[in-house]
Amino acid sequence: MKIDASKPLEYSTEENSNKIFGFWVFLGAEIPLFATLFTVYFVMVNRFASGPSGKELFEIGPVLMETFLLLTSSFTIGLAIHAMRHGYKKAMMFFMGITLLMGLGFIGIEIDEFFTYVHEGATLQTSGFLSSLFVLLGTHGAHVSFGFLWGAGIMIQLWRQGITPATANKAFIFSLFWHFLDVVWIFIFSFVYLKGMM
Amino acid sequence: MDLDKFKVHGEPLIYGAMVSIALATIGILVGLTYFKKWGYLWREWLTTVDHKKIGVMYILAALLMLFRGGVDAIMMRLQTAAPEMKFLDAQHYNEVFTTHGLIMILFMAMPFIIGLMNVIIPLQIGARDVAFPRLNAVSFWLFFMGAMLLNISFVIGGSPDAGWSAYFPLASLEFSPTVGNNYYSLALQISGIGTLITGVNFIVTILKMRAPGMTLMKMPMFTWSVLITNVIIVFAFPVLTVALALMMFDRLFGSQFFTMANGGMDMLWANLFWVWGHPEVYIVILPAFGIYSEIIATFSKKNLYGYTSMVFSMVIISLLSFLVWAHHFYTMGQGVMVNSFFSITTMAIAVPTGVKIFNWLFTLRKGRITFTTPMLYTLAFIPIFTIGGVTGVMLAMASADYQYHNTMFLVAHFHYVLIPGAVFAVIAGFHYWFPKVFGFRLNERLGKHAFWWIIISFNVTFFPLFFLGLMGMTRRMYTYSEESGFGPLNMLSFVGAVGLAIGFVILVYNIYWSTRYMPRDTTSDPWDGRTLEWATPSPIPAYNFAVVPNVKTRDAFWAAKQDNVPLFEDKITKIHLPNNTGKPFILGVIFFFLGFFLVFSMWIPAIVAGVGVIIMLAAMSFDRDHGFYVPAEEVIATEKKLRGETV
Ligand code: HEM
Ligand SMILES: [Cu+2]
Repeated sequence: MKIDASKPLEYSTEENSNKIFGFWVFLGAEIPLFATLFTVYFVMVNRFASGPSGKELFEIGPVLMETFLLLTSSFTIGLAIHAMRHGYKKAMMFFMGITLLMGLGFIGIEIDEFFTYVHEGATLQTSGFLSSLFVLLGTHGAHVSFGFLWGAGIMIQLWRQGITPATANKAFIFSLFWHFLDVVWIFIFSFVYLKGMM
Repeated sequence: MDLDKFKVHGEPLIYGAMVSIALATIGILVGLTYFKKWGYLWREWLTTVDHKKIGVMYILAALLMLFRGGVDAIMMRLQTAAPEMKFLDAQHYNEVFTTHGLIMILFMAMPFIIGLMNVIIPLQIGARDVAFPRLNAVSFWLFFMGAMLLNISFVIGGSPDAGWSAYFPLASLEFSPTVGNNYYSLALQISGIGTLITGVNFIVTILKMRAPGMTLMKMPMFTWSVLITNVIIVFAFPVLTVALALMMFDRLFGSQFFTMANGGMDMLWANLFWVWGHPEVYIVILPAFGIYSEIIATFSKKNLYGYTSMVFSMVIISLLSFLVWAHHFYTMGQGVMVNSFFSITTMAIAVPTGVKIFNWLFTLRKGRITFTTPMLYTLAFIPIFTIGGVTGVMLAMASADYQYHNTMFLVAHFHYVLIPGAVFAVIAGFHYWFPKVFGFRLNERLGKHAFWWIIISFNVTFFPLFFLGLMGMTRRMYTYSEESGFGPLNMLSFVGAVGLAIGFVILVYNIYWSTRYMPRDTTSDPWDGRTLEWATPSPIPAYNFAVVPNVKTRDAFWAAKQDNVPLFEDKITKIHLPNNTGKPFILGVIFFFLGFFLVFSMWIPAIVAGVGVIIMLAAMSFDRDHGFYVPAEEVIATEKKLRGETV
């Protein structure tokens, strides 16, 4: 495999740059996916039948915490990639680890939130509104959970193999994914929670 | 556990099918063991990452599904051939038209096209491989396992029965209590993920792996059509993913998306389905346009007329295809403004399509035409598709649609576009590219026999349906009375369907006959082709091109032959190739079981399979297989041998 030293490591082979481009295309598919879920949510948002509405359900505290964790983790994954570009394996692992831990914290809060809802009688089965809420949040949460496993796998490979064109490529693609989840969350935060609480 | 839900209701036909499936399976297993072919099967096919072999497997699977969908079609035509027929009961008829539509579109037309594009696209752009060969294998196995999952439904648990569009509330647990629509949501989901991956893979392949010098506007038309198609896939399939997931939630977990109470909304399904469903129709038709363009240029010995307008018309069609979905339910109460909007956008599609038709006609004009089998299908396509298009514009008029909505008129229309627009195209492409892959042509005489049977019978089958529709025979009706007067035309249509079946049998016989008797082709360019795929030896070596071509014009191979423009200027060096891997296949099998367990709400095994999927993904991520190199000497030797020189 030829490595082009004039490019950042993650782009340094043809295979690598194809993978990054391919991942952008894949993110192109994630946009209609989430757009559809948002659309479904907006169609359903006032259809709460006999169940509770968003206003009755949402609490700002945990949501702010989730937002804080995810936004910060998007920053730390950026730091990890920055460290990677300088070849600092330890720093990179450290920042990736922090990123994943914050992701885990996010998932924890979300699960707790779901339990609270169900406890208050707001289940997936209660109303069209709640079905769409759970599925929208759940899809995003599932992405974060998947990202946690994926990131952990990459960390193991980094730890074993060091920063190579292959591992750098994987870590960089992972960072794109993570930023994307952050963007989706900003939409959820603004249009589901803030708007729902108004 | 409740074993009853695995059983299907007692129908002699289904028991017969069960027995024949069991016998065929045993036969295959015994045959493989007897001829000691397990190792061969595993090494050469199940683990392959070669785009050509993956393409061949797609096409084989599609032919198999054409047979299955065709049997469904014959059963339906037989059931409606005369008034008050007692061949199928209502439930069975529902299942048959549902699986027929699903299989024909999702498991026959689309995979056939994906198969052709797998074989041909890397060759046409002068590449040695697709961008992600292993992912390509994953795509295929997900498609295949999804198709199998749907196919076992009619012997285990019951088939979906709410139409291929699965409208709610018809497809809800309340009105469709068998597991049939669980199969629908899961089988389509699994194969749909495979399709999405294909979309990503081929966009990257086409945009990043073209031979040096092949700018976008020098790409062959089939490559263009495939590029645009894959863009549609990437934007449309996620909508299906969501729709199917919501359907699964409704049916398996009791959520309220499409229900009639608790805030659910059945029309939401119709919208989501057709936001994907209409572009899906173009996913199968645009590549067909590409195939026809290649064939017309080759067999008229002319450059394609209006290349640029061909490209732009496809781009416009692809954009419009996302803006017309509501023409599928004008009558479901969405108001005049909405109907008018969708009526106008729908009719607008006729304009770029018309541009293409005229470009083809102008290409033919003054061409030196040879009437080969692929060319015959192409020539037949033009008028037949035009009838389909004109009736489509008739349907697009919202007010008139109240008259023919959901009648046989619609059934006639969409067969008049889908069969010439997709089926004839893949058959034409199949005949056209067959010698490239296998190194010999299909017999022309048998090919033309099949052609005439298919073309004539097609019109006999479907033309009467226009009139039946105008007479008021509704779609999806399993029987009718003597007084309705629908009898004679339906009988005619049945006769046509039998003729179609005969045509397809001749086509398949041709493959068998030609494999045995046709002379092997030594030139590797039997049609005097224009594009790069004809520049490789046939059969194609694993690495495609010993030397990557340098492209200077459109139809680069033609230019190389006619004007002596050099195509291969570099020296042969070692070539990198990926290793085979069994992981995509295993992943596919696990997905199959995951789907199956979910269909029957068997949660514990489903969770186990889900964990299995994650383990396989991790295994693929941890894989450190970097492929291998074919040494330059070996490449040179292979080339000499394939080109018929003695080493
Ligand atoms: C080969 C000969 C074929 C025959 C004789 C045939 C016949 C039929 C018949 C009788 C129906 C049902 C009409 C009704 O009761 O509503 C039908 C429906 C349908 N066909 Fe075909 N068909 C053929 C090929 C195809 C092909 C190649 C495609 C697609 C590529 C296709 C796509 C469909 C679809 C989407 C439906 C609608 C199913 C539904 O209502 O859910 N057919 N066909
Ligand atoms: Cu449509």
